[in-house]
Amino acid sequence: MATVCFYFQVHQPHRLRPFSVFETTGSTTPEPRDYFSDSSETDRNNARVLRKVARKSYEPTNQTLLDLLREHPEFRVSFSFSGTVLEQLAAHAPETLASFQELAATGQVEILAETYHHSLAFFYDRAEFDHQVREHERLIERLFNTTPQVFRNTELAYNDELGAWVDKQGYKGVLAEGFEPVLGWRSPNFVYQPPAAKQARLLLKNHKLSDDIAFRFSNESWKGWPLTAEKFARWINDHNAKKNESGEVINLFIDYETFGEHQWEDTGIFDFLRQLPAEVLAHPDNTFMTPSEVIDNHQPQGTVAMPETVTWADTERDLSAWLGNDMQQAAVKALYELKPLVREAKREAIEEDWRRLQTSDHLYYMCTKWSSDGDVHAYFNPYESPYEAFITYMNVLADLRERCHGATEPPAKKIEVTSVGV
Amino acid sequence: MSHKILMFGWEFPPHNSGGLGVACAGMARALVRAGERVHFVLPRTQEVSGAEIDFCFADVEQDLFDITAVDSKIYSPYASSREYQKRLKQDGDMPSIYGNTLLAEVLRYGQKAAAIARETDHDIIHAHDWLSFPAAIAARAESGAPFVAHIHATEIDRTGGQGVNSQVYEIEKRGFEAADRILAVSEFTRQILIKHYGIDPEKIGVAYNGIDSEEKERLPGVLKQLSDRGGKLVLFLGRITLQKGPDYFLEAAKRVLEIRDDTYFIMAGSGGMQTEMIERAAELGIGDRVFFPGFVRGQKIDQLYQSADLFVMPSVSEPFGITPLEAMMNQTPVLISKQSGVSELLDHALTVDFWDTDKMADRINAVLEHPALYGALSTHGYQEVNQISWDDTAETLIAAYGDLVEAR
Repeated sequence: MATVCFYFQVHQPHRLRPFSVFETTGSTTPEPRDYFSDSSETDRNNARVLRKVARKSYEPTNQTLLDLLREHPEFRVSFSFSGTVLEQLAAHAPETLASFQELAATGQVEILAETYHHSLAFFYDRAEFDHQVREHERLIERLFNTTPQVFRNTELAYNDELGAWVDKQGYKGVLAEGFEPVLGWRSPNFVYQPPAAKQARLLLKNHKLSDDIAFRFSNESWKGWPLTAEKFARWINDHNAKKNESGEVINLFIDYETFGEHQWEDTGIFDFLRQLPAEVLAHPDNTFMTPSEVIDNHQPQGTVAMPETVTWADTERDLSAWLGNDMQQAAVKALYELKPLVREAKREAIEEDWRRLQTSDHLYYMCTKWSSDGDVHAYFNPYESPYEAFITYMNVLADLRERCHGATEPPAKKIEVTSVGV
Repeated sequence: MSHKILMFGWEFPPHNSGGLGVACAGMARALVRAGERVHFVLPRTQEVSGAEIDFCFADVEQDLFDITAVDSKIYSPYASSREYQKRLKQDGDMPSIYGNTLLAEVLRYGQKAAAIARETDHDIIHAHDWLSFPAAIAARAESGAPFVAHIHATEIDRTGGQGVNSQVYEIEKRGFEAADRILAVSEFTRQILIKHYGIDPEKIGVAYNGIDSEEKERLPGVLKQLSDRGGKLVLFLGRITLQKGPDYFLEAAKRVLEIRDDTYFIMAGSGGMQTEMIERAAELGIGDRVFFPGFVRGQKIDQLYQSADLFVMPSVSEPFGITPLEAMMNQTPVLISKQSGVSELLDHALTVDFWDTDKMADRINAVLEHPALYGALSTHGYQEVNQISWDDTAETLIAAYGDLVEAR
């Protein structure tokens, strides 16, 4: 038996508009600011990016999946949405949000848990992390009428501590990268357990097959090119040859923007997706499951320990794309050091801005790895350079700090104007 | 196949080694390293340093310059004619007479060139900037070898487009039109040739300048008493002329000082706008925060770079701009205007429009404020500048020669 488990990540950050240090000078009022409201014709304009991605990717892919789920009752997919993308969908593309809700209502779709703000709070502030997971859960319940059972952390960043947390919270399982240096001789295609977990299971990404779709699909110099649904199904079928009573699970964890945005429509990515379920299901031993179904139907094949944090990014599969250089370290330190002030300020707008600044993308834009991975980084970067990203971020953080002070300090004594003489 | 290049220049280190001379030397040496034969022609006899390069001086029979009489006023190809005339006026000379004399000398250099071309075996003529274009045109008429016009700076850059000397402009334009191939030091300059000289874009390529890597000795800091007290130093280094944007530097300085009082600015160099800038700093109320050490040379330059927390090149129109590379060689972060050729080449430099002094001030403040930003720019900038080499420039030149020779 080979089970295919699709999980799609849907996320858009609130990108910062250009923000000069001179906008802060002398302003110590706690009033709301417009850090995220760029209206230029660039990729800093959040509404513009959101509408573009919705049109090129989300809408056509949703429609394709809806058709496929109707056509194939055995077909399953799962999603994880950041709170920040759901907010923006509601604001700028409500019809797209409705089509996601329609997908969720088919009963063949599972929605996963994550942090509301797509943050790395787990590694910096556990109370803040808990808060964001709860906020996210409330939003998912409200929008999709379901309570997530399986957790996935930002950028698939996972370690044993997170495994223990997931277990303690009562989740069925958690998603992570199937990274060879960690797995050794073991295959990612089985269900595992975090060390010492009572019920939580570990699902590992098959990065080879996932990235064949996400990254290599249109790469003409790749030996697998052109990738057809029939060819991909054959690679899935190969897993049936290895007999195992529990069967193998092929976890395909993919950014949803792969469809239509990273791989444009003219690459044939939609045709590929349209044909894939039928091709996979043509083999009688193949099936599709959601992460919860995988966990319910498969026995864990032992434990996998990951004392070091593993992510799904770059060749290193660590957090170095977000926290690898001194600018990123300085930024994240300044961000979380602000927490006491933010709490003290007791202003909703200040808290919300502070949380939006936790979104991992802000740190990603500051990455200075200039390898082949660096090209990928440049593609997603709305800034001219990592330095520009850092400067903007730190200017905003300094302004936010001033607003916190403005909220807690007694207002400066107003100068009484008794008469206006000319 | 190696080429025999007849190269016309105007200056060469160590004598009178302005930016043009340094660039010519870097290029000629890299060409020789790559196996090319370079015959370098200069308008008058001077001490030169360049093994394996054959030098030829056009003044062997007759001096083009009356050295003793005009040495201090020798026209620099990087000064605008306007600034030059101003300087002459201060000296009490009649500007028109000397201006004509310079043009006459440029043309006389050209007349010599025919004879040199006749006597020197060559299959490529390569000339640097307008001063040597008439020579190259004459040489081409003599030998028929293809002519590469190399443009390091135009009259448009030197004057900021205002007060263009029409005779200089004409010589430039005639050179571009006569050339079989034009190489500009940047895409920025290439666009100026297209826009202001109406040159066919197909004819113009880009050959970026290089820099010689060298391990810089760590030197004692300048204004140490200030930096020891936590003071920050921001450096401008270049000719104090319209083209280099010193006025924008001061505007930005004023803005920076509005939000931080630990910062000092150095405006090193000399030029026609120096007095005006000293007055401007006083007018802005930052006279006590801006130092004018005047023209600096030799090790003093590296000392300034190393002492600075940030080097700023706010040029209004900079065909290339070698100074940021020198700063990076000294591990100093750089902020450069987008109106510079070198900005096309660098990833690890901050860039702003020269006129956007608010943004310039914002970037200056950020580097001074965040050690992580300073460190990242310093480290990556140093790595980046060490990958820039004259050998890459030579490769571009050799490819252009090859195309021209083949096309004949």
